[in-house]
Amino acid sequence: MQTKDINENIAWAKINEDVLRSMENPRMGYWVALACCIAMISVAVVAEIYQYQVGMGPSNLNWPHMWDLYIATFVFWIGMSHSGTLLSAILHIIQADWRKPIYRFAEAMTTFSLMTAGLFPIIHLGRVWNMYWVLPYVSDRGIWPNFRSPLVWDAFAITTYLTSSALFLFIGMIPDLAICRDNARGWRQKLYTVLSMGWQGDDRQWRHFRKIYLLMACFLIPLAVSVHSIVSADFAMSIMPGWHVTTFPPYFVAGALYSGCAAIITLFILLRYFFRFDEYMTIPIMEKTCKLTFAIAMVWTYLNIIEFAATWYGHDMVAKELLINKFIGPHAPFFWAMLFLGSVLPFTLAFEKLRRHLPTMFVVSLFLNLGMWLERWMIVTPTLSYSYQPFAWDVMWPSMVQWSIVFGSFGWFGMLFLIFVKVFPSVSMYEVKEMVFHRRHYHSDEVANKLHRRASDDQSGAEPTREGA
Amino acid sequence: MKRYYVMGLFSNFEEAFSTISEIRQHAIPGVTVDDVTLKSPIEHPEIEEVLGDRGSPVPKFTLFGAIFGMVFGFLFLAAAQANFLVQPQGGKAVIPLPSNIVLTYEMLILFGVISTVIGFFINARLMTKRHPLYSEKVSLDQVGVMLELDEKNVDSLKELFKKHKVLEIREEVSQ
Repeated sequence: MQTKDINENIAWAKINEDVLRSMENPRMGYWVALACCIAMISVAVVAEIYQYQVGMGPSNLNWPHMWDLYIATFVFWIGMSHSGTLLSAILHIIQADWRKPIYRFAEAMTTFSLMTAGLFPIIHLGRVWNMYWVLPYVSDRGIWPNFRSPLVWDAFAITTYLTSSALFLFIGMIPDLAICRDNARGWRQKLYTVLSMGWQGDDRQWRHFRKIYLLMACFLIPLAVSVHSIVSADFAMSIMPGWHVTTFPPYFVAGALYSGCAAIITLFILLRYFFRFDEYMTIPIMEKTCKLTFAIAMVWTYLNIIEFAATWYGHDMVAKELLINKFIGPHAPFFWAMLFLGSVLPFTLAFEKLRRHLPTMFVVSLFLNLGMWLERWMIVTPTLSYSYQPFAWDVMWPSMVQWSIVFGSFGWFGMLFLIFVKVFPSVSMYEVKEMVFHRRHYHSDEVANKLHRRASDDQSGAEPTREGA
Repeated sequence: MKRYYVMGLFSNFEEAFSTISEIRQHAIPGVTVDDVTLKSPIEHPEIEEVLGDRGSPVPKFTLFGAIFGMVFGFLFLAAAQANFLVQPQGGKAVIPLPSNIVLTYEMLILFGVISTVIGFFINARLMTKRHPLYSEKVSLDQVGVMLELDEKNVDSLKELFKKHKVLEIREEVSQ
């Protein structure tokens, strides 16, 4: 049974070779996957053109159902973006080196999720040409956007997060881009020469690199938390039943981490299988990711229970009625599915045998993400179906236009990710080398003796032993 | 006066460290550890044990950017909201602190991050031409020790490199 995160005897040259090979000419499967993504995007583009020409009618969005799948999917993609940067930053700060082989694609996932999420408010707006109204500019009447509105906060927060996480991804990639530059030919060499910015790997560059990476990680953790708190404020700042909940910010952050971790598991397995990264994306690393996902799933479950309890004992009759409706009303199948997929299914992650079985984990991770998508839908839609005014109670099901655009967003994300893995290294070569170096170093006899001597300095003359070193 | 750049490529950090340690102990007269540049495929913080703590001013850029972002963010919002004086406020504060804190916080982070990146580019001397002695092997698996020195010290340095099992020596002369 594989127990080490990475084999410390792996040669550095082999790491370069394996990762660079993954960026070489794509196989047929890659083109098929890319074609599928483009087909999905085409479906969404056709739906959006139709909606643009006809208006929001075909989407079924009408009072009181002004928000539906577009906003739910927007929240889903924002959530998905959290694991990459946030986990990478947290694990970097606590020096958990098992993040090294997997953080690159997770950070890329963050950037592409944000690029996908950013499309939804524009699509949802209907009048896409008025999107710039949310930007902080002054009109000719001296009127600015309403800075008190969480929707304007969203625009600021998401722009900041996209900028910061894209920079975090890029900065972390510079040493690898230099490796690519040194090994590439043709257009790729030109591209990597520009992007590697003259990186030479000297001690000055590494010293500043170490600093900037730590500083950016320190910025990104509170930023990521603030972004999803602000997204939750879109709901919690209103007085709608089911939305005006104090626990919404941590609930959203936990949900975001949860769906992001599940997506990392999915992409981990796909990359490991298709790029044959068995030596880098190892089973013990997979196990750690699964354990982390399980822990977050339990936090999410706890926050759900808290929310139900607060509503039940809060004596807000409208909110209570909404909660009951979620359990037994028309949305009940989806709500129960959300609870099952989000709270019960993660218990599969508690079993070592299942955690080590990649096909099972692949299916589980997909279902976990389905559960998290349902969670967002169940936050947005039932509230609007059973709000304060009983005459407006109605159940609205999303139209094909909405479904098509949501479907296309997965194609858009998939296309960006597929392009990324062929143009940029999806495993951080220099950090895997560091991981190998440190493990090799700390397993050497010399270091083992030195470590033990240091620990027993006060026992002068004592013969050093290797026990525990 | 001609200046010589000499770089030795080593197969591991231990040999490179030993070489630098000897330079630190003045194995070659007139050459100090400040003349040494280490080129390596990975980050190796322990190098500071032999090279000495050279520090990094990047956090100062971060601090400046964050403070600037915070001040600019708040003043920008306040200035924009002050324009609303011409409009009825319905009893609400013209410049509401709770909601402005959210956006001020975002601006603090945005400018802090951007300023940190600029600080990194400047201090790491990125976007400059690579040194002629740069070897692609450094990005693969070898460690380079490069020195700038006078002609009279070149041979002693090469001897020192050879003593520590150097794999390859490269040199460049600048006028």
